[in-house]
Amino acid sequence: MKVTVFVSPKTTVLDPQGAAVEQAMKSLGHESVEGVRVGKTVTFEMPGEDSPETRSKLDELCDGLLSNPVIEDYRFEIEQG
Amino acid sequence: MKVAIIQFPGSNCDWDAEHAVNDVLGIPAKRIWHKSRLPAETEAVVVPGGFSFGDYLRCGAIARFSPIMSDLKEFAAKGGQVLGICNGFQILCEAGLLPGALVRNDCIEFRCVNQPLRVEDSNERFSRETLGPTLSLPIAHGEGNFRADDSVLSDLEANGQVLLRYDGNPNGSVNDIAGIRNPSGNVYGMMPHPERAVESHHPVQDGLSVLNAFFEPIRKTQSVELSPS
Repeated sequence: MKVTVFVSPKTTVLDPQGAAVEQAMKSLGHESVEGVRVGKTVTFEMPGEDSPETRSKLDELCDGLLSNPVIEDYRFEIEQG
Repeated sequence: MKVAIIQFPGSNCDWDAEHAVNDVLGIPAKRIWHKSRLPAETEAVVVPGGFSFGDYLRCGAIARFSPIMSDLKEFAAKGGQVLGICNGFQILCEAGLLPGALVRNDCIEFRCVNQPLRVEDSNERFSRETLGPTLSLPIAHGEGNFRADDSVLSDLEANGQVLLRYDGNPNGSVNDIAGIRNPSGNVYGMMPHPERAVESHHPVQDGLSVLNAFFEPIRKTQSVELSPS
């Protein structure tokens, strides 16, 4: 199965990168754009299928390594191969 | 060897730290590769600055899982003295040895200047009396913006865990925080580089007093005391 993890800065945490990108969008004339946040995606393959055990393994990977719970939120999508 | 300086792939202040501790302060220090065990005779650890593992994922995120980190956690839990400088501070936060996290500077720029700092009365070693009310130390970072949730922040302030604050905030750090310690006072982290401010040819020399304050406990346990001539 293919896993995609989306990591984004917590809404309560300042995202200077998002703010800079938003500024650039506005300067391109898209003045109505708001709330830009820059995160990252991590994709990988792993054996098995979508199950509570798989999801708890993924939580383990996401919580600490792929994202820092102090400053980031994550969610993942599982695509059965 | 009394002081272990942990070397990760991408550390780049490890030699500077070794020079400052070993040659300038005169405390025996050695660089220790991150895949090694922490030597049994270690009395203090410096986690140096740099870009461990290329800052991939987040600053310090991968170093946190290096083999030596379990020894370091045990060392810290037993009261061992640990100092994280810049990337070392980021690693200690990622590892949960210090609270909070360091994110991108609010100005987006990498900041590399001699930074004026205000000293806080944190404990008997780190205080305005021992270090003076203000210091100047080099900073060189793109992710030095300290963040913590409100309850962590109020604990830090209430327990006097803030060591240094920026005078003229260069990165957006909450409460101008430049350095903190843990509640028991044996784990320290700071974005400024004291090891780059120890020589007469350095633009500032305030790193000496900061490093001396940190190493004070292990100086006390020095096994051989030569009588004054």
